[in-house]
Amino acid sequence: MNEMKDTLKKENTIIDEAISQDYKYGFVTDIEQETIPPGLNEDVIRVISAKKGEPDWLRDWRLKSYKNWKKMKNPSWAHITYPSIDYQSISYYSAPKEKKELKSLDEVDPELLETYNKLGIPLQEQKMLAGVAVDAVFDSVSVVTTFKKDLEKHGIIFCPFSEAVLNHPNLVKKYLGSVVPMTDNFFAALNSAVFSDGSFVYIPKGVRCPMELSTYFRINAANTGQFERTLIIADEGSYVSYLEGCTAPMRDENQLHAAVVELIAHKDAQIKYSTVQNWYPGDKDGKGGIYNFVTKRGICKENNSKISWTQVETGSAITWKYPSVILKGDNSTGEFYSVALTNNYQQADTGTKMIHLGKNTKSTIISKGISAGHGQQTYRGQVKIMKNAQNARNYSQCDSILIGSECEAHTFPYIDVRNPTAQMEHEASTSNIGEDQLFYCNQRGLSTENAVSLIVNGFCKEVFKELPMEFAVEAQKLMEVSLEGSVG
Amino acid sequence: MLEIKNLCAAVENKEILKGVNLNVKQGEVHAIMGRNGSGKSTLANLIAGKNNYSVTSGEVYYKGKNIADISPEDRALNGIFLSFQYPVVIPGVNTTYFLKEALNAKRRNREKDEINAADFMRLIKEKLKEVDLDETYLKRSVNDGFSGGEKKRNEILQMLILEPELAILDETDSGLDIDALKTIAHGINQYRREDRAIILITHYQRLLKYAVPDYVHVLMNGRIVKSGGKELALELEEKGYSWLE
Repeated sequence: MNEMKDTLKKENTIIDEAISQDYKYGFVTDIEQETIPPGLNEDVIRVISAKKGEPDWLRDWRLKSYKNWKKMKNPSWAHITYPSIDYQSISYYSAPKEKKELKSLDEVDPELLETYNKLGIPLQEQKMLAGVAVDAVFDSVSVVTTFKKDLEKHGIIFCPFSEAVLNHPNLVKKYLGSVVPMTDNFFAALNSAVFSDGSFVYIPKGVRCPMELSTYFRINAANTGQFERTLIIADEGSYVSYLEGCTAPMRDENQLHAAVVELIAHKDAQIKYSTVQNWYPGDKDGKGGIYNFVTKRGICKENNSKISWTQVETGSAITWKYPSVILKGDNSTGEFYSVALTNNYQQADTGTKMIHLGKNTKSTIISKGISAGHGQQTYRGQVKIMKNAQNARNYSQCDSILIGSECEAHTFPYIDVRNPTAQMEHEASTSNIGEDQLFYCNQRGLSTENAVSLIVNGFCKEVFKELPMEFAVEAQKLMEVSLEGSVG
Repeated sequence: MLEIKNLCAAVENKEILKGVNLNVKQGEVHAIMGRNGSGKSTLANLIAGKNNYSVTSGEVYYKGKNIADISPEDRALNGIFLSFQYPVVIPGVNTTYFLKEALNAKRRNREKDEINAADFMRLIKEKLKEVDLDETYLKRSVNDGFSGGEKKRNEILQMLILEPELAILDETDSGLDIDALKTIAHGINQYRREDRAIILITHYQRLLKYAVPDYVHVLMNGRIVKSGGKELALELEEKGYSWLE
């Protein structure tokens, strides 16, 4: 009996070693921050709005959102546990001081550039990076925008949200809150009231965006909630691929992150939105880490449009996120490809909603959950086929993989079909990284570390292949880093 | 090359091996025969270092060294190869990539440079022919959707590419038709060399007709109860195992 216990112990040790690793991007940049005192009330919202020089309509919109939010309750249906958040203890605005017009990268605070260097995204080289434009958001205020000129030639607008409010008020006014209404949910309402900054993208009719648009977000000021707001509009017959990636510095207190992303695809337009999320996940004992409550939704507003979400979620202490597509136009397509990884004490409740309204609409859901350590992993997905959605089709596949014996995986698919012509397929699987698989790899001379990485990357392949090339490489690296120390 | 001394091993408190002695030298081919449950696979897995067995007494020496504390990957890197009875599926992991990783792990261990892509493709295409597999197979995931025969050929292919010094083939012949059996035997004979050793674990004599062993051992109830030359296999074919009890 003791021998058996020893064997089990040995196996667990191997797995523990393979999955234990420290967050590599933990550092705080020492840049002076302008922060307003913690707390939330109408005056705070007025201050935020005034600091950004916003028009009255937007200030009023924020105030209305705030009133709605006050009536709402923190949702409790998700399979996550965390101490209740004291919203009065959070500071709702933070901006790096000394913001001034920058003519070139040389004028950027060297310390900020150093931060990006540590993240492996040196701005200096970004211009040379093949086809990638970067709108770098450092806390609440956008500091550097590159590639703007090239994009302007095509009539493409890609700028910080706050800038769009001033320069393109009609577009913002028309689309803001049109996909995610301010009353949509608790966190969306909060975001609508206090959103800090984010990205705005408009692709004009018939334009295929010549490069991948990307934004790196970072949370830096201690105790400052981040409330990004992103709005992407693809006009008739246009195409855009947007990349979002995040890492955050290590700290002990929990940080709230409640973003809203809205996508609008007009007739024959296509939006591809890819995320690699690596917020600080907390330490090995579950201390610290980002709370990530995100509302992401797109609408295929007119016929033959397509929206595709691809996400790789490896960070955050808590992830609450359901990038969704409303398939309103006939023949429109929605896709959701997801890899979510929870290690140590991370919790993720993530999935998607596909709402079929138009005829011949099609949706695909591929979800891959990886749970290690004490990780809690939940897939929650809703597929709704409405009455008029003739010949709608959905294919869902939800696979979970467990590494070790202390983690959990759950799947909650909700299917609501109100049209008899719908075709639905749902597949789900849960498996362990088997001792047999590890032994097979070991027997071929591969270390357990390498074997875990090989198996997990194989498991995620269907999703990774949807990512743009440079992101796919980064994603694989992230998986390896998130799962252990030096898996190559 | 391999010396097993009075090896006793148990799994979940059940004694499987009850004192196995075996001596395999370079250039030799040993067949271990026996019924289901006689301990053949346990012996094979133990040599390869699978850790869900507990060795209660006895030792295994490889190249003169007791390997009790050596990890499975280090055993593999030092030349021990196991052709699995039930090769596992690794979904999403490309077969070519897997083979290349394995080969490079071995090369790195010998402080050799990693093989370049062109040389590797040349090597793999050459070896594919030996086991009668076509190139489309390289694009598939490791053992994913492979027929029983393909899985076994894949094991032999890996053996030919990794060039181990001691190959243990655990029922590589089971479930094969006669053509596949001949292919496997051909692969084994290709591999066979003066400086290498092979242990063939099998129920049946039929593989041994094509891959002729130097020695045949009968494993029964966790012990080798009889050893002999290749003719012992024929005798077993004729008489079965019960006369040895």
